[in-house]
Amino acid sequence: MSELTLTILRLGLLVALWLFVFAIVGVLRGDLYGQRVTHRVARGRRAARAAGAATGGAAAAVGGPASAPPEPAPARTGWFGGRGGSTARKLVVTDGPLTGTSLPLRAQGTLIGRSPESALVLDDDYASGRHARIYQDNGRWYVEDLGSTNGTFVDNQRVTGPRPLDLGSSLRIGRTVVELQR
Amino acid sequence: MTIVSRFRPTRGRNVELLLVVAATAIALLAYINVGAATHGEVPSSLLVLGGGFLGIALVFHLVLRWRASYADPILLPIATLLNGLGLVMIHRLDLAHGRTIASGMAVRQLLWSAIAVALAVAAIIIIRDHRVLRRYTFTAGLLGFVLLVLPLVPGIGKETNGSRIWIGLGPFTFQPGEVAKIILAVFFAGYFVQTRDALSVAGRRILGLTLPRGRDLGPIMVAWMASVGVLVLERDLGSSLLFFGLFVAMLYVATERTSWIVIGLSLFAAGAYTAYLMFSHVQTRVLLWLDTFSPDALKASDQLAKGLMGMAAGGMVGTGLGRGRPDITYFAESDFIVPSFGEELGMVGLFALLILYVLVVERGLRTAIGARDGFGKLLAAGLAFSVALQCFVVGGGVTRVIPLTGLTMPFLSQGGSSLLANWVIVAILLRISDHARRPLPDPGPSAIGGAETQVVRL
Repeated sequence: MSELTLTILRLGLLVALWLFVFAIVGVLRGDLYGQRVTHRVARGRRAARAAGAATGGAAAAVGGPASAPPEPAPARTGWFGGRGGSTARKLVVTDGPLTGTSLPLRAQGTLIGRSPESALVLDDDYASGRHARIYQDNGRWYVEDLGSTNGTFVDNQRVTGPRPLDLGSSLRIGRTVVELQR
Repeated sequence: MTIVSRFRPTRGRNVELLLVVAATAIALLAYINVGAATHGEVPSSLLVLGGGFLGIALVFHLVLRWRASYADPILLPIATLLNGLGLVMIHRLDLAHGRTIASGMAVRQLLWSAIAVALAVAAIIIIRDHRVLRRYTFTAGLLGFVLLVLPLVPGIGKETNGSRIWIGLGPFTFQPGEVAKIILAVFFAGYFVQTRDALSVAGRRILGLTLPRGRDLGPIMVAWMASVGVLVLERDLGSSLLFFGLFVAMLYVATERTSWIVIGLSLFAAGAYTAYLMFSHVQTRVLLWLDTFSPDALKASDQLAKGLMGMAAGGMVGTGLGRGRPDITYFAESDFIVPSFGEELGMVGLFALLILYVLVVERGLRTAIGARDGFGKLLAAGLAFSVALQCFVVGGGVTRVIPLTGLTMPFLSQGGSSLLANWVIVAILLRISDHARRPLPDPGPSAIGGAETQVVRL
């Protein structure tokens, strides 16, 4: 075999080795698993709190946390949407310190409260540890209050038993307002 | 103010299949390269050997699809590639020493690869959940200790090249330390999961370090004495460093206390210095390390010097497989396989190999982070660290970063026990990663709340 073939072989081997390394690193980039814990930016929190204190109301999150970290992608929970007409897939915080956050809804229930086991963890003195739960029954989404101190409000009415939630109706817990979205 | 969400992991089995085929192709390219450089032709056994090797890897892959479908997708391809390249280099050294394929070491190594993969596959199938291993914590501790001292037993133990780390049973020789490494990792993991709270209680703070209480020093002293015992009685600095390093690293992972690392390093330094003062063979090793090219050192052993010269001859891109003279160095196929690769693949190729090891270790530590149970975390971290430490001891030894000690490079070096141990390590890591990556089942509506109320007539 000619010297040229040999040179091509030996350099080709090195190139192939490095291509293999890069292929693996490429696989690693797309390979994520485990838990992701998103910490909110402290600066945004303080700004929102100060704004809330200044106007004395929960509604005024002026210049709130605009620098929200990337949101978790809504899980494709899929095909239950066609049945009951309620096609909500995610829960979006529209007001309060966590404004802009969205998280996927789970049919088994999404817990909201101060306790760390909640899906949406609120840092709010007006919220209880296990405050409210949003779950799906027969194709519709419901909210139920889990015996909170300060209550859960849907369109400014206090929730007593399980109450159906429609797309876009606002749900207030402490200083946080969330709504269901597609 | 935190939101906890979970990634839905991809299984990655198809990616793994693709990478395994690519790894085999690279190993075969290297094999063709050797044939072309030495005989000027593509070796005739290419299809048989290549097919056999690919078959071995594919069996492992299929078992993963069957029994551990969420396991990490890149550990198997990397192990396959490293094992294949090791086989090619051993074959190439066989040719240089004038051994035929039948009498050479490469065939034995291929046989060992098959046995090792079979054992790893069996481990994946038998151990359905790594937490089962925790039941055997103290059995593992005893077994690990027995394996450690087995080479000292007269009749079974064999002294080779000044180190007493081999046992011989009839025609077979075996290095029990390689297996002891895994078993001791299981023991340490189970032991630290139980005792981590006691070991991490606050002690006095001195110079920014929280020192443990005196009575908590017991385990580290026992491990230290065992490792010094290995150093003195078996005359093997490598194994001694490996065991003690593994212990200290796992202790650190379990307790998060930096003071354990400081204590461990100072104990090891003190032990090593005392050994240096007391034993002549340690003094020789240090002389070889610090002053490799002095007449005294060359008289004792020119192995390290030859390895360095070989790597220098290889330069940046190497001489090409089959075109260098790595066979001049003794043990070019086992302890000195790194300089052999450095000579023929050059620095570019050697660094690619080292990055592959880094990726294996990274995947092991990633598995440890992802694992949901403390035992799995500790075991994965310990096994990953043992691979890292072993690579450091071998690579550092042949490049004069630390004194040369007789350890094998995982997957590359010739030697059955080493291959066996490393494939089993990969199998355990795959098992833990399968557990770590598998999404938790949705809790579902609770059974009592979902049941309908009935009137029970008595």
